[in-house]
Amino acid sequence: MDWTFTDDRPIWQQITEQLTLRILKGEYPPGGRLPAVRELATQAGVNPNTMQRALAQLETEGLAVGSRTAGRTVTEDTAVIEAAARERARAAVAACLRILAELGYSPENALVFVKEELSNE
Amino acid sequence: MNEQLVTCAALTKRYGGKRALAGVDLELGRGRIVGLLGPNGSGKTTMIKILCGLLQPTEGAVLVDGQPVGPYTKSIISYLPDRMYFADWMKATDLFDLFADFYKDFDRTKAMSMCASLGVTPSDRLKSMSKGTKEKVQLVLVMARKAQLYLLDEPIAGVDPAARDFILSTILTNYNEEGTVLISTHLISDIEKVLDEAVFLKEGQITLHDTVDNIREREGKSVDALFREVFRAANYEGGAF
Repeated sequence: MDWTFTDDRPIWQQITEQLTLRILKGEYPPGGRLPAVRELATQAGVNPNTMQRALAQLETEGLAVGSRTAGRTVTEDTAVIEAAARERARAAVAACLRILAELGYSPENALVFVKEELSNE
Repeated sequence: MNEQLVTCAALTKRYGGKRALAGVDLELGRGRIVGLLGPNGSGKTTMIKILCGLLQPTEGAVLVDGQPVGPYTKSIISYLPDRMYFADWMKATDLFDLFADFYKDFDRTKAMSMCASLGVTPSDRLKSMSKGTKEKVQLVLVMARKAQLYLLDEPIAGVDPAARDFILSTILTNYNEEGTVLISTHLISDIEKVLDEAVFLKEGQITLHDTVDNIREREGKSVDALFREVFRAANYEGGAF
């Protein structure tokens, strides 16, 4: 998977988000080992300190566990991963609803519309 | 070991009546990759040359690892000049011999393996190499040392964008982790994501020194975008053409 960065926010935050997504998708499965900082930094073409900060954030969020010596692994606690996935989904739905509201859909109409779209698929 | 690797205090350099640096105060820590960013003629090369002892400051003081510039600081600084200074009849391997004699931290094995990964044939003579290949050879010489301070003056200016990425990843994978890398350039968008800190140099003065993360967080834009803003405004202030 490629790394893409936008200009408007710190790169470490964007890396944290992209790593989180990989964990949620199961590319890095629960309990699986995460690549070393240097390796990830080289892959993404970023400074190792930036990658370190992104991974530290994953630890703070409880998605990764580990020490400097033994390397990092994805948490085995699937509840944490599910909670993170739910949080992502919630944010995506909120964003979608905001756009629909801007387009003039009332909450009821938005729900009807989403259902229609689902049945069309 | 001193906490700060580089300390500059009120550094000023005049060339005749022209002031290239005007009272620069700068501190650099260890294990950082720092961009020295400014348009042409802002004093970047002067700054780097003073750090490595090629120029004497008119006023002010410089300490590297707590020592004034001298034989000790030269032994821990690896310098990539803005232009080639080697005789073109030499082969890359001749240069490796030369560097192994001069610097005890030069790692010849590492230099050979870097050549292999950069696609440089070390037994070729410099005069048979393209500009980009010569730059790669210079970079190999500089990065194959286990130095504390790497001073890279415009390391990516003369090469194509693909080679730039290659050079940046070479810097990232080869710098010594306790060492600090100072990269001068005006091609910011290419190097922004490898930097810890950015230093803006404008007409010989430091106008900004912060981490790239802080800059992005505070300004909501990239260092490159900020740079364009800061230095475009400077042109308008200058007025008449």
